[in-house]
Amino acid sequence: MSQAFTSGQASALVDPDQRRGGTGTLRFILTKVAEAAASIVLVIVLGFFLFRLLPGDPVAFMVRERPTDPHQIAELRQQLGIDKPVLAQFGNYFVGLFRGDFGTSYIERRPVIDMIGERLWPTVLLVGSATVLAIALGLWLGIRAAWKRDSFFDRAQTGIALTLWSVPQFWLGLLLLVVTNGVFPSRGMHSPDAGPGFFAQGLDVLHHLVLPCVTLLAVFYAQYMLVMRSSLLGEMNADYLTTARAKGLREDMVRRHHAVPNALLPTVTLVFMQFGMVVSGAVTVEAVFSWPGLGQLTYDALHGPDLPVLQGVFVVLAGAVVLMNMLAELLYRVLDPRVRTA
Amino acid sequence: MKHVQSRVSRVIAVLTAGTLAMLPLAGTAAAQQQVHQQQPAQPKVLRVALTTGIDHLNPFTASLAASTQVGRFIYEFLTIPSADKAEASPALAESWTTSPDKLTWTFKVRQNAKWTDGQPVTAKDAAFTFNRMLSDETARTANGNYVANFQSVTAPDAGTLVIKTKAVQSSMDLLDVPIVPEHVWAPIKDLNDPKTDDLSVIGVSDGPYQLTEYKQNEYLKFKANKDYWRGAPKVDELQLLIFKDVESAVNALKQGEVDVINRLTPTQFDALQGQPNIATNKAPGRRYNEINLNFGVENNQNQPIGNGNPVLKDLRLRKAIAQAIDPKTIVDKVMGGYGQLGGGVIPPIYSAYHWDPPANEAMKFDIAAANTALDQAGYVKGQDGIRVAPGGARLELRLTGHANRPFDQRTAQYVSGWLHDIGISVKQELVSDEELNDRTNAGNYDLAISGYATNPDPDYALALHTCAGRPNAEGKGATTDTFFCDPQYDALYAKQLTETDPATRAGYVKQAQARLYSQAVNVVLDYDNSLEAYRSDKFSSFEKQPQPDGSILEQTGYWGVYGAVPAGSEAAAGDSGGSNTVLWIVIGVVVVVVLVGGGVLIGRRGKSADDRE
Repeated sequence: MSQAFTSGQASALVDPDQRRGGTGTLRFILTKVAEAAASIVLVIVLGFFLFRLLPGDPVAFMVRERPTDPHQIAELRQQLGIDKPVLAQFGNYFVGLFRGDFGTSYIERRPVIDMIGERLWPTVLLVGSATVLAIALGLWLGIRAAWKRDSFFDRAQTGIALTLWSVPQFWLGLLLLVVTNGVFPSRGMHSPDAGPGFFAQGLDVLHHLVLPCVTLLAVFYAQYMLVMRSSLLGEMNADYLTTARAKGLREDMVRRHHAVPNALLPTVTLVFMQFGMVVSGAVTVEAVFSWPGLGQLTYDALHGPDLPVLQGVFVVLAGAVVLMNMLAELLYRVLDPRVRTA
Repeated sequence: MKHVQSRVSRVIAVLTAGTLAMLPLAGTAAAQQQVHQQQPAQPKVLRVALTTGIDHLNPFTASLAASTQVGRFIYEFLTIPSADKAEASPALAESWTTSPDKLTWTFKVRQNAKWTDGQPVTAKDAAFTFNRMLSDETARTANGNYVANFQSVTAPDAGTLVIKTKAVQSSMDLLDVPIVPEHVWAPIKDLNDPKTDDLSVIGVSDGPYQLTEYKQNEYLKFKANKDYWRGAPKVDELQLLIFKDVESAVNALKQGEVDVINRLTPTQFDALQGQPNIATNKAPGRRYNEINLNFGVENNQNQPIGNGNPVLKDLRLRKAIAQAIDPKTIVDKVMGGYGQLGGGVIPPIYSAYHWDPPANEAMKFDIAAANTALDQAGYVKGQDGIRVAPGGARLELRLTGHANRPFDQRTAQYVSGWLHDIGISVKQELVSDEELNDRTNAGNYDLAISGYATNPDPDYALALHTCAGRPNAEGKGATTDTFFCDPQYDALYAKQLTETDPATRAGYVKQAQARLYSQAVNVVLDYDNSLEAYRSDKFSSFEKQPQPDGSILEQTGYWGVYGAVPAGSEAAAGDSGGSNTVLWIVIGVVVVVVLVGGGVLIGRRGKSADDRE
């Protein structure tokens, strides 16, 4: 990931606009925004037609194992609007999007935008909190492991991180469920028995959050740790650190004020890319803990297939990734003076 | 380094202070909880693990199995399948009669039933429900087939409902349509409106339970309907807790988080047997598993569709294949013994209509006999042991099924082996559910593992094999199972549909199954058992359907949850799932503080000498 970013920046380095100071910056921002907008339009078009290649017939799914006559099935097709030509369906969909209308779910018969709205918050809460904790833990451990490279701590931490990184999330989740033996709830985000009031409800959600969040954290932190470790190792023999030490700076000052800030750059990219993915949820962990998030929504919608839901989720997810990539590129320019002044 | 240490110390201090600050809260909460527990009248709660999805709850449009089940818990029907035999029994209608021409049905609606808002339930509500289905296309979404043949529905008085049909309809005594309150639903113009899922609408009902809370994708909460005409249920509260993963649900049962669970796999069922405080229930199910043979399928215009191997048009070959498949091995080895041997398409749970082939007609498992039959039919074995059809085509067949279903995976292995033994090579093509649907709808298979759930009324199971059930040229527009189209079968199907004498109708139903069996277009492998488990420390019994060995949850009725008997007030008392929340969160924070603090200490101790100041 960091490599891709570096090569992207390499092309930015030779961009003549970069040398023109203020106007160049504005132009750079406008270009990035325009690129992002174009990507989103492409996503909308592609999403619509790609999902139509999916196997399965939504009506067949809805009427399976239920007494239904052909007339009823035809009525259902008409109600869902899937008796119309695909181009006409696309036209309606595209126009609808500009009014904030993502269509109506075939299965739940509710506006897709409402369904995504309901599921977005649980996913952002779960994956977001796990990601923030994973970043904190990963960077902290990564820095310490690199600084003490080849020590027992380094080898143990790298080993643990690699092991957890390769453990299947659902298996780890189930294991935690069994091990904790009912201390934490095994399903959902709310308990039907939670008392009324904001405080009780909030604690109830926190209680439900513990296991899925720990599962994700255990799997997520490894990549931050490993990236941070390797990029810090890359900086550790740099001349400027020798210079800093020669100036008589304490070792931790050298680490915190010189090495780490430079080594953070690739990690920042990773962090932003991951934040783009936060909304996509973690399908397997959401399934194990029956967490009512976007990952589950997508998984369920695939079974219909519930095309309007799939399209809506696709646009929201792709939009988040595009937006975060754009922010990462803009931020990188702010963070790394070499890019700005080149 | 000192200031780093002091910062770490500060962080630990803050966290510890935070934890200590929360302890009194935890104490208060625990105290509150204790007071709560000391109260004598704890509500008795039945928690059911729901492992299938709910689309929505509007009874006119809800289609998924769990949603229609919720409809059964909250709404009463004119008649319902009885608990003992799953046959038509009185519900809202105390009694019913038919006219001599069997076209007019008169239902006497009971007078002591009330909606949960206090209004009386009358025949006018039933008339409204059916008339809405006749006049509003959306209202026919879920159960339209029951009214397709209706001419008129009237309620001459509050206690009488009269339905006139265009032709004789045998399913009239089991119309699977929830009756809704007219005063709530009449003002709703658009039945697709998501607001029809609101408690103000679906919270007004007349069944054994009343819906009080619906958190989509998470849980449903019901309270017992004290005014229910049969009498209030013995539990005060019913909760359906949605689990996306059956393993998690099984774990929740073991830990006492839920009380009942169904749809267990044989492995899960075996693992739960003998566990403390858990009782298991193995019941005859209403689903059959089968292998369909593509005999040269056609659409409803009688045009051939799909790419099935034409050799299967030969009935002798199909019979040989049927003879080379051993349902007993499937039941014993694949189902772990939790199934009943297959015969006709209506399972033994509906004993009046179930049909088993008589001994002289049954295609009994016999590899040698199947080989002999193929030899006689001119299918010659080649060098590699694979037979060649009289026209020169090698007997190579594709077998499709669900990639994600253990039953299909293992059955495919066995079937491939058996067919290889009679000189047929089988290529297994296990695919996603959606892909499988597409393939079978379009006739793109040779052999397909399939199966359907059946209903107390045999009409649906039989309709799946009629000419009219076949799809149109685009592979859409109907639901067929086998693509079977046979005048003799269709005639028997039509006869049972218009026969209102139960015994005579059952005769036609059995003859139709015999005809289907004789053509070897499918091999019914088994009828699944419904595998369930419950907390015996919390519930002593449930009303099963059928009796005495039926299922608790997989019913066509509400008997299971209505007839749940708590094991004793103390054990069955609802120990609030979220009650210990505060305490556990505080403990969690303490654990985190200890871990983080410990980690920091270990980190510091592990420093190399040159890192120290």
